[in-house]
Amino acid sequence: MINLAGRDILHDGPKFALTGLGLGLLIGVTLSMAGVYRGMIADGRALLDNSGAELWVVQQETLGPYAEPSSLYDDAYRSVLTVPGVAQAANVTYLTMQVRSNGNDVRAMVVGVAPGPAGTPGWPPYLVAGRQVTRSHYEAVADIATGFRIGDRIGIRRHEYTVVGLTRRMVSSGGDPMVFIPLKDAQDAQFLKDNDAILQGRRRTAENPAFNRAGSPAVLDAVIASQSVSRSVNAVLVTLEPGHSPDNVASTIERWKRFTVYTRAQMEAILVGKLIATAAKQIGMFLVILAIVSAAIVAFIIYTMTLGKIREIAVLKLIGTKNRTIAGMIMQQALALGVIGFVVGKIAATFWAPFFPKYVLLMPRDSLIGFFVVMVICVLASLIAIRAALRVDPAEAIGG
Amino acid sequence: MSSSTNAQMPTEGILIEGLTKRYGKGDTAVDALKGVDMYVAPGEVVGLIGPSGSGKSTLLKCLGAVIEPTSGRMTLGHDVIYDNAWKISDLRALRRDRIGFVFQAPYLIPFLDVTDNVALLPMLAGVSNRESRERALELLEALDVAHRAAAMPSQLSGGEQQRVSIARALVSRPPVILADEPTAPLDSERALSVIRILHEMAHRFQTAVIVVTHDEKIIPTFKRMYHIRDGRTHEEVGEGLAIGAATNA
Ligand SMILES: Nc1ncnc2c1ncn2[C@@H]1O[C@H](COP(=O)(O)OP(=O)(O)OP(=O)(O)O)[C@@H](O)[C@H]1O
Ligand SMILES: [Mg+2]
Repeated sequence: MINLAGRDILHDGPKFALTGLGLGLLIGVTLSMAGVYRGMIADGRALLDNSGAELWVVQQETLGPYAEPSSLYDDAYRSVLTVPGVAQAANVTYLTMQVRSNGNDVRAMVVGVAPGPAGTPGWPPYLVAGRQVTRSHYEAVADIATGFRIGDRIGIRRHEYTVVGLTRRMVSSGGDPMVFIPLKDAQDAQFLKDNDAILQGRRRTAENPAFNRAGSPAVLDAVIASQSVSRSVNAVLVTLEPGHSPDNVASTIERWKRFTVYTRAQMEAILVGKLIATAAKQIGMFLVILAIVSAAIVAFIIYTMTLGKIREIAVLKLIGTKNRTIAGMIMQQALALGVIGFVVGKIAATFWAPFFPKYVLLMPRDSLIGFFVVMVICVLASLIAIRAALRVDPAEAIGG
Repeated sequence: MSSSTNAQMPTEGILIEGLTKRYGKGDTAVDALKGVDMYVAPGEVVGLIGPSGSGKSTLLKCLGAVIEPTSGRMTLGHDVIYDNAWKISDLRALRRDRIGFVFQAPYLIPFLDVTDNVALLPMLAGVSNRESRERALELLEALDVAHRAAAMPSQLSGGEQQRVSIARALVSRPPVILADEPTAPLDSERALSVIRILHEMAHRFQTAVIVVTHDEKIIPTFKRMYHIRDGRTHEEVGEGLAIGAATNA
């Protein structure tokens, strides 16, 4: 027996190919949407992995430092270090802002990392070029996605920094590339007021009789000094000594030090479950709509193709073709359309993924699920056409 | 031979006795056939003529087992296929194996080449592809279209298409061929050629052929005709003119 579906497809090759191409681009968009979602999760995980931390110590009762603002005194790390099981504790600040370079703005997450030996949490774990920051001021390591190159001068708030190293896959949970600068500089950038504000603040303090007392000029100086020193960080990143359970150390720190502490698992739950939850639902909604649209298109195409063959189907029935053979022919065509569409979609999604500004992660598992969903949609979509075909009366072939 | 109601009469070919067909029910019912008697011997080509709406297509559909008659009796070869009810359970197989259809338009399958259009029937019946195609080519040869065997239907002339559709009707060697206005879209030369081929094939394969037609040009070629009027058949003797030498459509 010859394959009727295959012969029909070959006969109508260009039309079928174009239809498959159109469907494929739609499937490609769907796969990319899934990839965008996976990319967001992967970015979140990369953020946590690359911080090098096992515990995050943040302001009490906050979901900081990524999902909510968190502010700690910058000597907090000292008290954390005294807790048994803590190997390293390092201050860190995060601030998403515009970073200028050669008149261009790049949206980046500026990370202030505490000075320390290699392996101090917070530092980028690997570089693709250049070196780590060695001076305590005005040097920066940038993610390659910022587009900066080694030697570039970049402006963060009031200061200029020289890019000395490049890293990669260091992104915020929002997908913005990171720029690492020394902690002190970052604290300035985050908490420093501009010159006018400082002068005005000083004037206001000086006008306050409580601080500017005749006979004790040292009080005013001390107050002004205490105001202008920035003394906050967003979190303390903690690594543990081997053999200590993160949960135990975390609860110890929380009990003694009145901070909130998150383990890696809790942090991931916050990022995935809270920070990107809305975005994920948004994408989920898109996926549902795209699936429905694809199904409607496949159904429409297969139905139209079948209606175009009513005469032939009536003849096939008249000369004794089984219903099963006719239904099989239509379903095979729907599946073939699905396979072509899927292959085109997969290629398209892979091809255009690197052009997305944020990370698009195409997981083989998603593709596999996508393939089965496409096949199921094709089968369901062909049912309408099959019903129409089976209702064709063989008497129609004889006519009036 | 006159129409007969003698059920015991040994028959080959087609025997129809007292066949009626009513479409619809109640006030809107149409009695398309009111008692049709007809006999076609193996190897014979019989014309079925009558005004529009007289029931010609209805009769072919009943005989072709695509609509169910209301009452009467139909015999194919030695088998009673209908006796106030179908006597055969698998009508699809009956159509596939024992009846060949030729239509006004050839209705070839556009995505199959000429050979496979003809070979499809034996393939559907489970004959191997090779053997099916051999049978198809043999017939295409006999019908003088073998040189177009690899062409697609859209590349054929109307007459060539009609000859291919005759080959398709013949390929299962059915004892019966039903042709509904097979020459309608053809000019007279091609029409005569198609009818000549039907006569030749009927003779060669001992097939009983019924040809429904309005076509004045081909009516004189029948030796015997049934005139259908008001749902009843009347047998007529025709001229049975021989058709001249091969005219290629
Ligand atoms: N499906 C149907 N339902 C109801 N009435 C029908 C149906 N098919 C045919 N008829 C009626 O039965 C009668 C016979 O129709 P039929 O098609 O057999 O005529 P015909 O002899 O083939 O006509 P023509 O030469 O125009 O093809 C007509 O009155 C027609 O209206
Ligand atoms: Mg008719």
